[in-house]
Amino acid sequence: MKPFLRQFVAHRGAVVGLVLLLVVILVAAFASVWFAQSPWTMVGQPLLKPFESGEFPLGTDMLGRDIGAGLAYGARVSLLIGVTSTLVAVCLGVLIGAVAGYKGGAIDDLLMRFTEFFQTIPQFAMALVLVAIFTPSIYSIVGAITIVSWPPVARLVRSEFLSLKQREFVQAAVVIGQRPMRIVFTQILPNAMSPIIVTASLMTATAILTESSLSFLGLGDRNLMSWGYMIGAARTMLREAAWMSLMPGLAILVTVLAINLIGEGLNDALNPQLRKRGD
Amino acid sequence: MKFLSLLVFRLGKAVSVVLGVVVVNFLLIRLAPGDPASIMAGEAGATDAEYVNRLREQFGLDLPLIQQLLIYIKNVLQFDLGFSYRNRLPVIDLILERLPATLLLMASAFVFSLVLGVLAGVFASRSRYENRHKWVDSAVMSGALLFYATPQFWLALMAIIFFSLTLGWLPAYGMESIGAGLTGWNMVVDVAAHLVLPTVSLGCFFVAVYARLTRASMLEVMGMDFVKTARAKGVPSGQVIRRHVLRNALMPVVTFAGIQLGQMAGGAVLAETVFGWPGIGRLMFDSLSQRDYQLLLGIFLVTSTMVVTFNLLTDLLYRFIDPRVDQGATP
Repeated sequence: MKPFLRQFVAHRGAVVGLVLLLVVILVAAFASVWFAQSPWTMVGQPLLKPFESGEFPLGTDMLGRDIGAGLAYGARVSLLIGVTSTLVAVCLGVLIGAVAGYKGGAIDDLLMRFTEFFQTIPQFAMALVLVAIFTPSIYSIVGAITIVSWPPVARLVRSEFLSLKQREFVQAAVVIGQRPMRIVFTQILPNAMSPIIVTASLMTATAILTESSLSFLGLGDRNLMSWGYMIGAARTMLREAAWMSLMPGLAILVTVLAINLIGEGLNDALNPQLRKRGD
Repeated sequence: MKFLSLLVFRLGKAVSVVLGVVVVNFLLIRLAPGDPASIMAGEAGATDAEYVNRLREQFGLDLPLIQQLLIYIKNVLQFDLGFSYRNRLPVIDLILERLPATLLLMASAFVFSLVLGVLAGVFASRSRYENRHKWVDSAVMSGALLFYATPQFWLALMAIIFFSLTLGWLPAYGMESIGAGLTGWNMVVDVAAHLVLPTVSLGCFFVAVYARLTRASMLEVMGMDFVKTARAKGVPSGQVIRRHVLRNALMPVVTFAGIQLGQMAGGAVLAETVFGWPGIGRLMFDSLSQRDYQLLLGIFLVTSTMVVTFNLLTDLLYRFIDPRVDQGATP
């Protein structure tokens, strides 16, 4: 584990990303401590500018809701949806990729056709259609993001399985009579973990961007305050209160950037042979 | 002969994807909460049971599912995508009316991001390779990282605040100045001015993608022996970059460009919504807020068809540019 840590820390961007992400996680965790009121309640005068009132340092929106509270509660939603949908998508991708790569033949062909289909169609439009038809809720949003984001994992896992199943230690496991399930879970999958982790970290960033785009278009969960919704609401007040849309956007930018930096650091630390390429 | 069989193979694949989208669309209509007949009746503003039953019969909703699917496919093949009761027009007419605006925006964003991204990637890799002006490389890479994480719709709003509301340089809404009645060259200039902000905010993310891709691909080619040979025999550095490296490094960028178009089609919904661009993305947003599912799914089908067609074209183009690629070697 030590060389991994040293590699990761050597990537300065990754450390910055980790610190930024920890800040976002802390804000999300303590949202209800710092802001006892729900972010939807009217707490002050509408349209207070940032720093205009000591009570609401980030200002209030056109309904007098605290923007600071919105940001803190929005962090919860972004992280929750980003992590959940990535976890589900990785499980689905691993399942399909593992079956395709391990079984090969006609099953592989069929599953890869299926994967290619989901990779070809415009992903964001598909997510939009799914959420709209199944009515916006946290479940439909997580489901839609999962459905459009699993294919890269499946392809990755399949190619890892194709090459790993030729290796001697896997052949040896076959010869001593281990069952396929055991070979997959104890021999092949642990050795395919590093690229999966890297892909998953980058997928989380994309999922957060997708969620914010959906809620910007009004397809967010009506009960949850989210950054995309805040920007969407600020859009109608662009002329009167341009600053309203600034902070939630920066919040998304910082979170996604942090996760991307961590992903790159993980990539360097886990796949040292790729480092020579220079990215 | 080989090319012909490849063409047939690729064409078959493209058609099967479109057919898949048709089936998904059909299933989504059936899975949508609520009975389609009563939704349609609601859209038409009627509620009595007899009318609902007549609708059910008229649209074949009382037939077995598989038969309904076949009817649906037959209708789609005849370009009948249903009727939008909100707009009182067939879905296909609505889409065709809006399609040119979207194609214009996507073409312009595509060219913008490809040209700027490849240029940035070339300069970055060159400064790294020659170990001079290394700040160029750092600047390009940091910029790419930043744009890679910026939500596109937010960038669009910031651009409006800065360039339209504060500086007043560029129009923020629509495709042409309303009521100006411009013609000829003036109209072209007017549309171009309206095109700038949507193009930039839709394209920025892809500039970052292409810059990173070009840079990585260039650095890989720069390490190859034939580049060393070219330098050793004294070919000027700029010529090595242009003739030897860039030509070979562009291949993965071209393939990727075809794949990326799907993402851009989705991004167009956001850009068109923010800038009020009268394309199918904006139409999709309107259909969302009006719960006009026939229209929504029609747009999804047309967008998918567009993306599949473009993928097919880049795929064939790729083979045309680089004959070494055979069918088995594609990613």
